[in-house]
Amino acid sequence: MAEKRVTFKKSTIAWLLVAPQLAITLVFFIWPASQALYQSLWQEDAFGLNRDFVWFDNFSRLFDDPSYQHSLIVTIIFSLSTAATAICFALLLACKADKLMRGSQTYKTLLIWPYAIAPAVAGALWWFMFNPTVGILAYIARGLGYDWNHFLNGDDALILVILASAWKQISYNFLFFLAGLQSIPKSLIEAAAIDGASSTKRFWTIIFPLLSPTTFFLLVVNCVYAFFDTFAVIHATTRGGPSQATQTLIYKVYKDGVEGNDWSSAGAQSVVLMIIVCLLTVIQFRFIERRVHY
Amino acid sequence: MFKNRLSRLLTMITSVMFLGAASAQAQIEIQFWHAMGGELGQKLTELSERFNTTQKEFKIVPVYKGTYTETMTAAIAAFRAKQQPHIVQVFEVGTATMMSAKGAVYPVYQLMADQKEPFNPNSYLSAVVGYYSDSKGNILSLPFNSSTPVMYYNKEAFRKAGLNPDQPPATWPELEAAAKKLQAAGYVCGFTTAWPSWVQLENLSAIHDQPIATKANGFDGLDTVLQLNGDLQVRHIGKLAEWQKTKIFDYGGRQSNSAPKFYSGECTMYMNSSAAYAAVRANAKFEFGVGMLPYWPDVTQNPKNSIIGGATLWVLNGHPKEHYRGVAKFFSYLSSPEIQTEWHQFSGYVPITNKAYEITLEQGFYGKNPGTDVSIKQLTRGTPSQNSKGLRLGSFAQIRDIIENEIEAILSGKKTAKQGLDDAVRQSNDLLRQFERTNR
Repeated sequence: MAEKRVTFKKSTIAWLLVAPQLAITLVFFIWPASQALYQSLWQEDAFGLNRDFVWFDNFSRLFDDPSYQHSLIVTIIFSLSTAATAICFALLLACKADKLMRGSQTYKTLLIWPYAIAPAVAGALWWFMFNPTVGILAYIARGLGYDWNHFLNGDDALILVILASAWKQISYNFLFFLAGLQSIPKSLIEAAAIDGASSTKRFWTIIFPLLSPTTFFLLVVNCVYAFFDTFAVIHATTRGGPSQATQTLIYKVYKDGVEGNDWSSAGAQSVVLMIIVCLLTVIQFRFIERRVHY
Repeated sequence: MFKNRLSRLLTMITSVMFLGAASAQAQIEIQFWHAMGGELGQKLTELSERFNTTQKEFKIVPVYKGTYTETMTAAIAAFRAKQQPHIVQVFEVGTATMMSAKGAVYPVYQLMADQKEPFNPNSYLSAVVGYYSDSKGNILSLPFNSSTPVMYYNKEAFRKAGLNPDQPPATWPELEAAAKKLQAAGYVCGFTTAWPSWVQLENLSAIHDQPIATKANGFDGLDTVLQLNGDLQVRHIGKLAEWQKTKIFDYGGRQSNSAPKFYSGECTMYMNSSAAYAAVRANAKFEFGVGMLPYWPDVTQNPKNSIIGGATLWVLNGHPKEHYRGVAKFFSYLSSPEIQTEWHQFSGYVPITNKAYEITLEQGFYGKNPGTDVSIKQLTRGTPSQNSKGLRLGSFAQIRDIIENEIEAILSGKKTAKQGLDDAVRQSNDLLRQFERTNR
């Protein structure tokens, strides 16, 4: 058999080779994670002068807190909407760009631009455009008979942060979809066209299934993005308000830990987040990946 | 730990390298972390530099650390890592947290006594000093920048609506009537507010001599319970929700997010800190006036003093003893009447010493800048009561957040005023109990 497999006589070299990777995992993951776990079992004042070991008191306090349950719901709605919006728009744009004959380079470049914008800037931009007093989009909305006010209306605020977060992610998704589309053999589509399939039919029966690995990958990446990378967007715009309508789990950790100096509760929340991430990953790879054609 | 050692090593190397230079200037550096951005920050740096030129022993190093919250958090984190600054500027909301951190803070009255620097609590305005003293009347942190909410109003709009531009509405019913007239004259909204909890609940309660919390608003003990769901508060917030529907009142967000509504002429009256004066002057394209916060005439005929916001300077423990002599000297310099006068006139913060007020009055500053004395008049009217002395509640940054969440829920019609304020009180009390538990 011509199988190539590197084997080491002594395990020392093997250990040496994996050591850098292990060290990084230890320093940047295991150590901070264990600190959070440790912190979550204590209750202490801001300066760390008094501390009590309280077992799981921080966790029970957390689950009894209606605002925590509310944050969880907000996070789910926010993540799914952001991922769905970003994926749908990117797919639409990619399909259009793929068909383009002239000027496609310019078009593609322009679509990729938003990705280079810092999340906080993206947030501030949308915040300004939707400002109830001076924003152009709020002005248009008012012209259409809708009184936009994200300072008071929680749904408006949530739509705002979803748009700002999704807008940035569209460029990223667009790139992947475009690459995916270009790798679909033209002969397949032409054959279907000769058989008389309409362009809608061709999309749903050939293109979309062949894009499913890309879509699945993007779903995972977008959900993770919406869960963990949108702090800056929210911080630069609604700061979790009004009345906690845009307070995601990550933002709550910041509010309680950094603003409220309640490190014990923030530690407990981080531990819960870690568990959620593990669960999400397992669910996604176990159940959704099976339906994907590679 | 590792960082500590590393920084020590670096210091060693650099000190060896600069041994020759170091012996020439054995100046002690005093770290001063503050939250004054923009022009205020430049002014603060200038004041520090001027102090540095008055003597050779100490060098004040002012460092801008971001917002009040960020500055306080940075100082706390630094303390936990044993890298704390000598002086940190903390906003009024953090007062209870700082006070309970015995062992971490060096009370100012004690510092000044230890260093034999003159320090007389009576030279400060009582509304200011009361907020930052312990139950025995000792000042724990140095008052520096204090403000209080006032009402800015659009004089041009008042003229257009046939109202007297030199007489802002003094009571809430008068304000309601004026707002209706202004709306009839074509203005979209009557009034808006910044800092909703501070202006519309905390100050409302103080002015009407109603308690914010039990135990003298928290001054007499950690076992305090929030009382912001009293009749007056429920009625007032209920009124705001009712007014929101017709835009007699229009909500514009927390902090100073509502400012554009006033600047653009959409709202004709705007309640915010007296320290917003410079911003209003820079942004309002119309003639504006300053009035006191309105009151409900059926609750009180003699409104009390309003309460302050702003920040004080706290001294942190853990530095060599001789450093604190420099801190004390710097504090004496900052509290001198000349510096206080200069700071007050530059910033719009209230003059916190009686002397600074007198000097500003003599110089005719208030005549040239009409409305800048409204804040101090409102702060000093009447005799302060237990309810108008201020408040001292642990975890208050979070409590204010809870209160403002509920105010938003009430204004958007999701809850009634009673429900919302009851919920705010219940959630806040949980935090107060937890604070009591961790700060025994």
